[in-house]
Amino acid sequence: MENTVTLTIDGESVTVAQGTTLRAACEEVQHPVPTLCWHENLTAANACRACVVEVKGSRTLVASCSRIAEAGMEVQTASERVLNSRKVVAELLLSTSDASIAPDLQSLAAISSADAERFSGGNTWAQPVREDNNLYVRDLAKCILCYRCVEACGDDAQNTFAIAVAGRGFNAHIDAGFGRDLPESDCVYCGNCVAVCPTGALIGKREFDLRARGEWDEDKITTTPTVCSFCGVGCELDLHVMDNQIIKVTSPLDHPVTHGMLCVKGRFGYEFAQSEEPV
Amino acid sequence: MNEVRRLLPGKQTSSSPISKERLVERGFDRALDYALALEPEEIISTVTKSGIKGRGGAAFPTGVKWSSVSKAEGSVKYVVMNADESELGTFKDRVLLEEDPLGALVGLVIGAHAVGAKKAYCYIRGEYREVEQTLARAIETLRHGGWVGPHGVEIEIRRGAGAYIAGEETALFNSIEGKRPEPRVKPPFPTTKGLWASPTLIQNVETLANVAILFAHDLHWFTAYGTQDTVGTKLVGLSGHIRRPGVYEVPFGTPMQEILDAPELGGTVSGSGRLGAVLLGGAAGTFLTPQEVKNTVLDYPSLGAIGASIGSGAIMVFDDTVNLEWVVTKLARFFAEESCGQCVPCRIGTKRILEMMETGELWTRTSDLRALGQAMKDASICGLGQTAPVALLSILERPELRHHA
Amino acid sequence: MGLTTAFGSGAGTSAYEDFHHTAFILLVGSNAAEAHPIIFHHIMKGVHNGAKLVVVDPRKTLTTKRAHEHLQIAVGSDIALLNAIAHVIIRDQLYRADFIERATTGFDAFRTSVATWTPERAAAITGIETDRIESLAHRYAMAPSAMIGWTLGITEHHNAVDNVMALINLSLLGGNVGRPYAGLNPLRGQNNVQGGGDMGALPNRLPGFQDITDPAVREKFERAWGVSISSQRGWDQTQMFDAMDRGALRGLYVIGENPLQSEANSAHMRKIFSQLDALVVQDIFLTATGKMADVVLPARASFAESDGTYTNSERRVQRVKAGRQAPGEAQDDLWIVTSLARAMGYDWPFSKAEQVFDEMRHLTTNYYGMTYDRLEQEHGLQWPVPEEGHPGSRVLHERLWDDVVVDKAPFTCVEWAPPTEQTTAEYPLLLTTGRRLAFFNTGVQSNVYDHPHNTGEWMEIHPKDAETLGINDEDVVRVLSRRGEVEVPAHYSEAVNPGTVFMTFHFPDEVMTNALTIDSTDPQSGTAEFKAAAVRVERLNVVVDK
Ligand SMILES: Cc1cc2nc3c(=O)[nH]c(=O)nc-3n(C[C@H](O)[C@H](O)[C@H](O)COP(=O)(O)O)c2cc1C
Ligand code: SF4
Ligand code: SF4
Ligand code: SF4
Repeated sequence: MENTVTLTIDGESVTVAQGTTLRAACEEVQHPVPTLCWHENLTAANACRACVVEVKGSRTLVASCSRIAEAGMEVQTASERVLNSRKVVAELLLSTSDASIAPDLQSLAAISSADAERFSGGNTWAQPVREDNNLYVRDLAKCILCYRCVEACGDDAQNTFAIAVAGRGFNAHIDAGFGRDLPESDCVYCGNCVAVCPTGALIGKREFDLRARGEWDEDKITTTPTVCSFCGVGCELDLHVMDNQIIKVTSPLDHPVTHGMLCVKGRFGYEFAQSEEPV
Repeated sequence: MNEVRRLLPGKQTSSSPISKERLVERGFDRALDYALALEPEEIISTVTKSGIKGRGGAAFPTGVKWSSVSKAEGSVKYVVMNADESELGTFKDRVLLEEDPLGALVGLVIGAHAVGAKKAYCYIRGEYREVEQTLARAIETLRHGGWVGPHGVEIEIRRGAGAYIAGEETALFNSIEGKRPEPRVKPPFPTTKGLWASPTLIQNVETLANVAILFAHDLHWFTAYGTQDTVGTKLVGLSGHIRRPGVYEVPFGTPMQEILDAPELGGTVSGSGRLGAVLLGGAAGTFLTPQEVKNTVLDYPSLGAIGASIGSGAIMVFDDTVNLEWVVTKLARFFAEESCGQCVPCRIGTKRILEMMETGELWTRTSDLRALGQAMKDASICGLGQTAPVALLSILERPELRHHA
Repeated sequence: MGLTTAFGSGAGTSAYEDFHHTAFILLVGSNAAEAHPIIFHHIMKGVHNGAKLVVVDPRKTLTTKRAHEHLQIAVGSDIALLNAIAHVIIRDQLYRADFIERATTGFDAFRTSVATWTPERAAAITGIETDRIESLAHRYAMAPSAMIGWTLGITEHHNAVDNVMALINLSLLGGNVGRPYAGLNPLRGQNNVQGGGDMGALPNRLPGFQDITDPAVREKFERAWGVSISSQRGWDQTQMFDAMDRGALRGLYVIGENPLQSEANSAHMRKIFSQLDALVVQDIFLTATGKMADVVLPARASFAESDGTYTNSERRVQRVKAGRQAPGEAQDDLWIVTSLARAMGYDWPFSKAEQVFDEMRHLTTNYYGMTYDRLEQEHGLQWPVPEEGHPGSRVLHERLWDDVVVDKAPFTCVEWAPPTEQTTAEYPLLLTTGRRLAFFNTGVQSNVYDHPHNTGEWMEIHPKDAETLGINDEDVVRVLSRRGEVEVPAHYSEAVNPGTVFMTFHFPDEVMTNALTIDSTDPQSGTAEFKAAAVRVERLNVVVDK
């Protein structure tokens, strides 16, 4: 067949379109590999290494999120080496970062039987929360440095380039430039970084406050799809409403207009609808 | 005599290293005139037949690389000389560039011609200020000869940013492009998508110098030294407990013990005078026991059999009084400081290893260290993370080294 | 407006997705990065895929910052530039002759009309060097596909329709309409401008841009509605304001608008509004206009508290749903209108939004295949959707690429005219207005949330002008036009050319920018000239000293 390649995944033969990543191919045969930094609308950052698989003939394991399937590849998604790496990745992240509202990391830990204690006890990423504006908060003790926010702020969506990784090694961190507060940076508060952050390290101020007060209650939240009321782009908004108050706005990742991204007005500009002022 | 001088100019060489006379004295003018008149395929075929392998650490066959870049699609291609040299115990490229800068540059010009590149970069370690000036003057000499410039290849020097990771080829490209020096995922390899997403040939200084001497002579001359598998000579850097530290050129196949003991080479172990261990290949290298040193020769198969590699050619010698745990801690600190921080296994793994070394857990947490080390080797993005645990794991494999700890 | 004249329907001809794979993007008078941020994402995807982005704008903006080329033209000189580009393309025979032959009319007259528009002539008016005009014309014409986008910068001039016509001419020259990755795209300023037009909220149209002067169309609606429909064109907004001025229009029902602050020449607005016998305002806030009203009808925030649809700039009709309950007595627009009708003695039933939509789609081919279920499941649909199984239309006017084109697209000759108001010794600077990213129109919605950039209004002035006038950075200054004056802090900015100052109208309660703007309107569309008013800037203390 033209434009397809055939490979084996865990012994099972599978034919996929040319250009398919190993991650997608594994999903196709229902041997899904876990991911943390991968995001369907962003360039694969390749940073977390949770998605590694073993490819026959390759010295190291291979990041399935960005490796393209080739004809004849023999892939293993659950070899001893794969399981060890996956587990260690989870354990290392748990040893640095607060995973309390990071569902993907929690599930990686669960499926890999990670021992949260194994590498803990050393330095962590604990640090003060930075609340320097009233739209979103940086709680970088939760960060796993997945690079999603950097990509959403950069080439992949917003093209603002306000945030980047600074420092190296264990001191690498998300930064708005010279350690500045956000209002001093180039940030335009679109909150697309917040939308893609898998850990709650970047989080809407409203959600952050409600969680801090213990009032955030998933069971009481309803989500209603509607359309932004500002400009003529027509972005779909999912309104997250609790106690008749809009507390968060997102957009579906598969929406042809937004791909999950919004601007500051759509994401944070909802207050007018519930301000005290209406007639 | 184990010491030879081919890459390094002979002791009787009298001309200034950057002069036109040096070009003639070393036969490099001849090499250029000869090679540039050849078809690219002929050059590549000669390099392939010579068996030259990359001297930057990975020992990848140079001819194969040239052939890939030459065949890669793209109207614009680049060649890069990697002179970032930041590996611990490694200073051979500096010596080479000081003593004979024209050699590596001639290799670079030939490489450009072979792959069809019009532009070349020399990426040089930031601290090598004086070497950089020498290199710049050597480039001028080639410009006067017409090999460098609008009708040949343009060569630009770029100064490194003081990070070990910037020597990794893809991080180096990012650095030249003005980005943060973070390694890129491979594939795509530099041969198809390197600098500015164009096919790029990147070689270590010493590799390029080998090309220059190959074309200054011929295949027969070039293959006169070395072993069946590993042809030619290698620059090694001796440091630590050794009477004559420095850079020496030796044929592949020279017994390891001789490198330490021969009077014109290491001149025997200093300190206590009794060998404790050798760290071969720099921070990312392997510890060898005295027994292993006695039984191996300097070539890839012999060392590969005991899980070691020549790397960049750094040989650090420790007498039997050295606490290797202290050495391993030093290495761990080096990696923790030099990790770019991009991927989880290396960013956090190097830190955890350092912490465990600082608290003296080398021999008490072996299973954790093995699991962590294996994950770093398997799942890190680049060579830094992949090799960071190697020295430490090599100690765990050699319990006889423990009593030194 | 211009699009309806040329193609029969007033809507963008492409999908946002077409930006991803086009070869050339020309934005005229559009600061998409700030005014239409999510369209800008699509534009930048195209740029990363290799498209060239050229922006024509009198100001430096976040959009021009990302462009390959920025032509910083004199305010109001777009037509001169566009005509000169056409001139070069025709002179150098770079137009798509086959397409023009097959699918357009009026080319010969157009060729004659731009014959005098040499780059030299345009350069003198636009301030753009001739070689840049030549080069842009060549690059545009040689691109295998090109997308053209524009915003208020183009439409808020007294010759707004002509501006759009000039862009349509360019697109016809390159065959850049009716096919993928090529098209004409007005970026709508407000969320449902397109939907309003779709529903016939125009003086001469019924839903689906169906022409009210066509008896067959009227008859179809008359049968469905059981009333007779006047064949006469109604008034557009400008004509309504004129009629208010003359006293011919004495009652006004305003839904979700704040004309007192959003319209140009606000002093004049206040005067004509106060002459009304009856003013009814329906809004979610007590706006400045609402404060003048005889009756205020509290409405619901449409996007969050009521049901319906919006149509966006790529003709995508999407469902709007209530996510929260409205406060107090607020009701949705449909309930209010129905109740009003009932109070006036008509027996209208209280319908659901979906019932109204269904009635409409049965009368409107473009909408026929849309149901509420489909809109919800498919993230909206792009009209036309003529049948229920139809997937929607990414590209409009594909008929132009048929072998035989029945309904051809006309070239229109447009002449440049200088902005109505010229600078004089007394009013030596040109004020142009626009938007900033975080804010929206008159700020009714956007000044509520706590945005870190919410520092109020300021005026951008080139440091050279400021120094001549002895104004320091951040000094509060007085800005005067022939119609009014405001006080505002001045900010040094290299974003504007010397001779031009820039303000927004986001903060009317502090700085009533529209006290300065001119209500000279485009005779064809009724859009006011917000973009160019002659002003004088004074240091405050100088005035005080007098
Ligand atoms: C962390 C790291 C640092 C490196 N530093 C250098 C260096 O300083 N010089 C060098 O030639 N190669 C270095 N390399 C190897 C290069 O990535 C690359 O393999 C080499 O330049 C290829 O040239 P060769 O084939 O001639 O050896 C480094 C690799 C890694 C992973
Ligand atoms: S802040 Fe969030 S999105 Fe950004 S790197 Fe950290 S975890 Fe990822
Ligand atoms: S989210 Fe921003 S870009 Fe999207 S419709 Fe709303 S205002 Fe426009
Ligand atoms: S292995 Fe280390 S140095 Fe290499 S990419 Fe990963 S974090 Fe960076």
